[in-house]
Amino acid sequence: MEKKDIKELTRRDFLKIAGAGAVLTGAALAGCKPRNKVSAEGGALGDVPTDKMEYRVNHNTSDKVSLLGYGCMRWPMRKTSGGGEEVDQDAVNELIDYAIGHGVNFFDTAPPYVRGWSETATGKALKRHPRDKFFVCTKLSTHRGAELQTFQGSRALYEKSFKDLQVDYIDYYLLHNIGISGMQGLMQRFYDNGMLDFLIKERIAGRIRNLGWTFHGDVKCFDYLLAQQDERKVLWDAVMIQLNYYDWKYATGMNTPAEYLMGELEKRNIQAIVMEPLLGGRLARVNRQGLKLLKETHPEDSAAKWAFRYAGSHPNVLTVLSGMTYLEHLQENIRTYSPLERLNGPEYEVLEQVAEILNDSNYIQCTECQYCMPCPYGLDIPGIFRHYNIIVSEEKRLKSSKDPNYDKYRREFLVGYDRAVPKLRQASQCNSCGRCKPDCPQRLDIPKEMLRVDKYAEQLKQKMEF
Amino acid sequence: MLRKIRIASAAVVFVLLTLLFLDFTGTLHLYFYWLTKVQLVPAILAHNMALFAILALFTLLLGRVYCSVICPLGVMQDCVSNISGRRGGGQKGRFGFSKARSKLRYGMLALSIIAFVAHVNIIISLLDPYAGYGRIAANLLAPLYRAGNNLLSWFAETLNSYALYPTDVWIKSWVSLGIAAATLAATGILAWRDGRTYCNTICPVGTILGLISRFSIFRPALDAEKCTRCGLCEKGCKASCIDSANMTIDLSRCVTCFNCIESCNFKAMRYAPALREKRSKQPIAASGEADDKGGVSRRNVLAIAWAMAVTETVKAPLLQVDGGLAEIKDKKIPVRKVPIVPPGAQSLPNMNRHCSACQLCVSSCPNSVLRPSSKLTMLMQPEMSFERGYCRPECNECGEVCPTNAIGSFTRAEKTAISIGYAVFVKENCIVTRDNVQCKSCERHCPTEAITLVDRDPGVENSLKIPAINNEKCNGCGACEYYCPARPFSAIFLEGRKTHSSI
Repeated sequence: MEKKDIKELTRRDFLKIAGAGAVLTGAALAGCKPRNKVSAEGGALGDVPTDKMEYRVNHNTSDKVSLLGYGCMRWPMRKTSGGGEEVDQDAVNELIDYAIGHGVNFFDTAPPYVRGWSETATGKALKRHPRDKFFVCTKLSTHRGAELQTFQGSRALYEKSFKDLQVDYIDYYLLHNIGISGMQGLMQRFYDNGMLDFLIKERIAGRIRNLGWTFHGDVKCFDYLLAQQDERKVLWDAVMIQLNYYDWKYATGMNTPAEYLMGELEKRNIQAIVMEPLLGGRLARVNRQGLKLLKETHPEDSAAKWAFRYAGSHPNVLTVLSGMTYLEHLQENIRTYSPLERLNGPEYEVLEQVAEILNDSNYIQCTECQYCMPCPYGLDIPGIFRHYNIIVSEEKRLKSSKDPNYDKYRREFLVGYDRAVPKLRQASQCNSCGRCKPDCPQRLDIPKEMLRVDKYAEQLKQKMEF
Repeated sequence: MLRKIRIASAAVVFVLLTLLFLDFTGTLHLYFYWLTKVQLVPAILAHNMALFAILALFTLLLGRVYCSVICPLGVMQDCVSNISGRRGGGQKGRFGFSKARSKLRYGMLALSIIAFVAHVNIIISLLDPYAGYGRIAANLLAPLYRAGNNLLSWFAETLNSYALYPTDVWIKSWVSLGIAAATLAATGILAWRDGRTYCNTICPVGTILGLISRFSIFRPALDAEKCTRCGLCEKGCKASCIDSANMTIDLSRCVTCFNCIESCNFKAMRYAPALREKRSKQPIAASGEADDKGGVSRRNVLAIAWAMAVTETVKAPLLQVDGGLAEIKDKKIPVRKVPIVPPGAQSLPNMNRHCSACQLCVSSCPNSVLRPSSKLTMLMQPEMSFERGYCRPECNECGEVCPTNAIGSFTRAEKTAISIGYAVFVKENCIVTRDNVQCKSCERHCPTEAITLVDRDPGVENSLKIPAINNEKCNGCGACEYYCPARPFSAIFLEGRKTHSSI
C-alpha cells in the first residue's frame, strides 16, 4: 500500500510539474492501469460459487445428488505426539463443511479406507450437519480376513459402519470390489453366506436406501450381477465403475473398457457412480505432449478440469467421486461442476488424442488407491509407482543411455527416488512374494512392475548402456 | 612473509584434507587424493620408500615444514593454540623454553618401530597424526557435515532442485568415535596449554623428522650481534625450542613455523642455509635428562556400552485396512568368523599390516558398507557389513582413496572377479520357512548368479523354493544379505575370506 501511495504521489507531482496537458496524461495513465480483479474471496479466479452445483436426480429415490461426490479415502493426516499418524480431524471437518456449504452432498467411504479410520472421521464431521443435508455411501468390503467372510463377520462389519458413521440409515450401501477375486470370490463373499439376502431385507426395512456394488476386474462378475437383475432376482439402485477418458477405450490391465460397462448399465437404466475420474491423479499430470493439446484448446483450464468435465458429461452418471485431500482441489472441482459445461464434439476429439498419447507412454497403471498397503515387507508400493509415473509424465524416462539429457534425467530419477521413498521401502526391496497382487483393483502384476522400476534404477545407478 | 606463506599453504592443505573426509560424493578425491598419499606414516605403511626418501630430503633441506603444512593434526593444534593465545588478552608470548623430553620421545619412536616390525598396527594407528586427525574428521566432523548437507538438501527439495541429495547420518562405531574424541581432547588440551607438546613428545613422525631436521640446511638461527636477548622469540615459540638466554635453538623440535622471525624486533632471527653459520652457533643437543612426569597417554580407549534400542513389533490389525506403512525393524550385525574387507585388500593380514586406520575409506564409502572395526585385532580399521547397503558393482572408491595401499586400487572389471567372502544360508530365518511365502530376493539380486532356487520340500508338487548357494561363484558383495527381507537377522549372510580368491 505504501508503495502505491508513493507512486501516486510522484504521479501527482509529475502532473503538477507538467501542468498543461493534464487531461491527456490522466487519460493515458488510466489506460495503463491493469485491470485488477484480485479480491480477498476468490482471487483472479473469481469466487467459488455456493449455489450453482449441478445435481443429478436418482431415478429410484429422487435424491438430488451433487455431481461432485466426496471420496473419503484420502483424508489428510497429521503426526501424533507419540510419533504415529492420525486423521487430521480438524482439516476433515473444515473440508466437509466447505463442501456442504458449496453444494456437495454425496460422501463415499468404506471400512478399510485410510487405515480403517475413514468412516469414523467422516462420521464425526457429518454429525455436525443435519442428516437430510447429505447422502452417505459405504461398502461391505471384501478385504482379507477369514472371519469377515462369514455371515456373522460380515454383519458385524455392516453394523460397525452405522456406529462409526453415527447414522441410523445408509443412503448407498455397496458390495465392495466385485470382480477382484473372480466368480468364486463373489459367490463366497456375498451369496454363500446369505449376506446379500440379508442386505435386501435391510433395504426393505429402510436401513439401506440404495443397494449396489462397486466393480473392478473380472467382467464375468459384472455380467452375472446384471443378469441377476434381468432375472428379477435382485434390483440394483446404483453401480460404481471406473470411468475416465482413458479407461473409456483403453482400460488398464484386466479392467474392462468403461464404454462397455456404461452401455450395459444404461440399457438397464442403472445410474453410475464414477470412481477414478483422474486415474489416481495421473490424468491431472498428463505429459507435456498431452498437456500441450489441452492447453491449446483451453489455455486456462487444468488437465484435472478436463477430466472432471469428461466424467460429468455422461448423462447416466449420478455423481463423480474425487478423493480431495486439499482445499484447493475441492475448490477447483466445485468450480468445474458449478455448473458443468458439457464437453462438445471437438473437445471429445482432443481427449481421445490425449488418451492415445497416454496409452503410448509406458505408465504403471497405479491409481494410488492404497488397497495393496501395507506391504508386509515395508515397501511403499504406491509411492514407488508414483515417482516412476511422474518421471514418465514429465517425459524424463530415458529410453537410451545416449540421450543428450542422460546425466540430468538420471540424477532427477535417482535423487528424486530417494527423496520420494526411503531406501528400505524402494522397489529393490521387493521379494516377489505376491501378497499384494490379489488386492490390486487395477489388476497390476505389482512384483513385475517393481522389477521394471528396479531394473531402470539399476541401469541408471550402474550407468549401464541401454 | 615466510610465515604468511606457511599459514596460507597450511590452510589450503588442511581444508582440502578435511574436505576429503567430509565429501561423500567422491568428487574431491578425483583431484586431491594425493594429499593423503604424501603423509608420512601412510607412505611407510604402503612401503613407499621413494616417497619416504623425498620427505626425508625435503626435511633435511628445509626443516620440519611437513609438521607445519602437511600434517593435519599439526595444523589443527596450531589452530587451537592460536585461539588459546588470542583469548589471553592478545598478549603474545605465553610459551617458554623447555628441555626436550627425550626419553618419552625416543621411547615412543622405539615403540612405533617395534609395533611396525611386529605388525601391531593398533599402536601405529593411535600414534599416527594423520590417522588421528582422519578419525576426528570422519567420526566427529563428518556426521555434522552430513547433517548440514541434509538440511540444505531439504531446502533444495522444497525449491525442487536436484543439486543436493540427502545422505545417511549414523554412528559407524562408538569405539572409534570415543577414540577420536579422546584424541581430539588430548591433542587439543596440550595445544591449548603448550602449543606443540604432542608433536615433540609423543608423535613418532615428529621424532623421525626431528632426527633429520637437526641437520637441516635451511634453519632458523640467531644473529649474536643483533640479538638483545629480549626473549620475544622464545615466548612466541609454540615448540618451546628456543633458549634465548643461551641463544640456542633445538632444531629437532623446531617445526619451521617462522613465528620467531616475524616476532623479532631486531631482525636478529634469520632463516638461512646453515653452511654460512659458524659452528659455535650450533644448537645444543637435546638433553638426556628428560622429565617424564605428566606425560599424557592418549591410549585411554573408551569402551562405550551400546545398548540396542528394542524395537517393538506392531501386531497387524484384525481387519485388513488400506494404506499405512509396515514397520521395518533395523537389521542386526551377524557374527562373522572372519571380517570382510574390500576387494583391493587382497587379504585380511595384508590389510591389517598396511592400514593406519585413518578411516578415509570409511567416510568415502557411498554405500554405507565400510565402518571402523571394534575388534581388538583390527581396531578402527575398516571392515564391511551389509545392514545399510551392499558393496555395489559400480563402486571402487575405497581402493582409490586409500593412502597406504592397505586397500589397493582395483577396477570395476577386476572387482567382479575377486571373491572377498562367501554366503551362508540360515534356513530358520528365511521367510519362505517363516512366513510361507515365495521370496526370490537373494536370487534376483545376486550379481554372479551364485544363488539358484530349489524346492524346499522335494517331491511335493509346487513346493516353495529356497536358495541354494554355489560359493564357487560368490564374490562376497553382500547383496543377498542386504536385500534379504528377514529381520533383524538376514537369512543369508556373508563370511569373510581371510585371503581373497579369484572367481
